[in-house]
Amino acid sequence: MNARMVELDVLRYDPEADNEPHFQRYVVPCAEEWVVLDALNAIKESIDPTLNYRWSCHMAVCGSCGMMINGEPKLSCHAFLRDYDGVIRVEPLANFPIERDLITVADDFIDKLKRVKPYLIPARNEPVPEGEYKQTPAQLMKYRQFSMCINCMLCYAACPEYALQPMFLGPAAIALAHRYNLDSRDSGRDERQEVVASNAGVWECSFVGACSEVCPKAVDPAAALQQVKVASTIDWFKEHLLPGGGK
Amino acid sequence: MSRKPFVREVSKTGWYFKHARYMRYMSREITCIFIGAFALLMLCALGRLSEGQAAYDSFLAAIEGPWSALGLLIVLIFAVHNTTSWFNVTPKAMPVQIGEEFLPGKYIVAAHYAVWIVVSLAVLFFAGAV
Repeated sequence: MNARMVELDVLRYDPEADNEPHFQRYVVPCAEEWVVLDALNAIKESIDPTLNYRWSCHMAVCGSCGMMINGEPKLSCHAFLRDYDGVIRVEPLANFPIERDLITVADDFIDKLKRVKPYLIPARNEPVPEGEYKQTPAQLMKYRQFSMCINCMLCYAACPEYALQPMFLGPAAIALAHRYNLDSRDSGRDERQEVVASNAGVWECSFVGACSEVCPKAVDPAAALQQVKVASTIDWFKEHLLPGGGK
Repeated sequence: MSRKPFVREVSKTGWYFKHARYMRYMSREITCIFIGAFALLMLCALGRLSEGQAAYDSFLAAIEGPWSALGLLIVLIFAVHNTTSWFNVTPKAMPVQIGEEFLPGKYIVAAHYAVWIVVSLAVLFFAGAV
């Protein structure tokens, strides 16, 4: 291996020994094609086996290895060392409590994800012998972009609204709700709107757009949220201006 | 093994200095102060207009001069920044799907600029400026 020495400042936190996190410097021999996750794996294997972090696929699919790299939310398997100069600062994802070292507590996100019912709610369950729910390519394209979310939570780490108002449902959860609302096979929008159009829902978003800038899968959650605002506003006008509440 | 998650404090005021994207956002949001001030000025103008020709003329005389022009120029700059920054993100809020494809966002943005120009010319026409 044609190695070069890379310095990483990694935030460490041991809940049994530390009152607060602190940085630890590692100097790691790295190959040119390595990503930050490779450097962390090298640290764990050869330098310090006590380092804790999450990862699985190493190919930007599983969404497990999100971290703050030089202050930017990134998948560490997607952050090439060659793109960084000097010491690389690695911290747990912002806006989430630190469980240990680079591992965050994701309970809040998981809870919010459940609340938006991110699954198909058909108008009626067809018997299996009647076959699958069919969809045209145009109907698929309507929501396809928003279905690419890998729940990596980078958008939550970038969102200042979520940082300041933790009750905010947040970008990924609302984008996923929108994904199912747009699906021609789904009829669950009314159920999701109770959560999505609430005070802690889409109206907490002031369209900073940071979520879309950091999204590693080009989901564009900011677009989903603005579309939800438009649709919710139309709902309001229908309810208040049309006879019978527009139903 | 005990759990003791560590919560990092978030600055309520200084967060927007942490990244260029947050500064861009705040530069858009801060335009509301200048546009709000101009809206108040317009309300004053309407109030004086309702009081008659002499009152309106005195209002116009009061806002003449280089400092007023400079103030209005600053308001104009912020208003244009507000308008363009919102126009440039309109494709996110109103995607146009044609069959299996989406209309490129540049056409949606361009349509907004076109309507803006037409409305501005109409206002200038009715005001007798063109």
